[in-house]
Amino acid sequence: MQDHQLNPKKWIDLYSDYLFNYTITRVNDREISKDLVQDTFFAGLKSMKNYKGEASERTWLISILKRKIIDHYRKINSKKGKAEVRMTYISDDQEGDWLEERVEDESYLNAQENLENSELGNAIYECISKLSDKQATVFKMKTILGYETETICNELDITASNLWVIIHRARLQLAECLEKNWFK
Amino acid sequence: MFKNLFYISKEEAYLICDKSQYCDATLWEKIKLNFRYIWCRATRNYVKRNRKLTKAIKTSKLECLEYAERKLIEERLNDQLKNQM
Repeated sequence: MQDHQLNPKKWIDLYSDYLFNYTITRVNDREISKDLVQDTFFAGLKSMKNYKGEASERTWLISILKRKIIDHYRKINSKKGKAEVRMTYISDDQEGDWLEERVEDESYLNAQENLENSELGNAIYECISKLSDKQATVFKMKTILGYETETICNELDITASNLWVIIHRARLQLAECLEKNWFK
Repeated sequence: MFKNLFYISKEEAYLICDKSQYCDATLWEKIKLNFRYIWCRATRNYVKRNRKLTKAIKTSKLECLEYAERKLIEERLNDQLKNQM
């Protein structure tokens, strides 16, 4: 029995930013991330008939995106045409300092921090997805993209006071949602 | 007279607090907010919660599509949808 159903008309509103954020933390390039998200939606459309409805729509799209990201890295590596071997020694005279090699290095700590930030990002997007379309759009434009109030008002044809009311409601809901799902 | 000069309602305080998260509040607005902050527990709670949210958003280094980028992908997806039907 199908528990979930696909609704491609809502994909952009519901998942585009979530998928984009997921991708950019993994490929670190805005243009490539944009292309991968778009390819994911197209691939999703093509393979709609294979969707069994066991996983949620978002989980299903993420699984397609993960394959796209892996393909992207495979393509880069095949372009290089050679495997890269990384030595951990910082300089020649440190070679053989095997004890120090076992100490946590900075890149590992950064990776852990990045992972936590990425999880927090996912939690925030989860909460943003519960906002109304208008609230989510205004909030993202103001908070994440950092647009000027005037620019948003012109783009969306709303007044400044209207914008602040929308922002206020969005922030209230987000704070409440994050308290339940992240800060607890 | 002095009280009237500095007094703002709770709703106004919340609005100024929201604005200040985006550096959009004026100095005078911030002074009025601070005045209310001293004696109003609800305002203090709101400010604390709001700052926590701002910090979480900054820490997560969220990224999202530009409005125009999003619209472009939406158009392309709609075209694909039409072709598929």
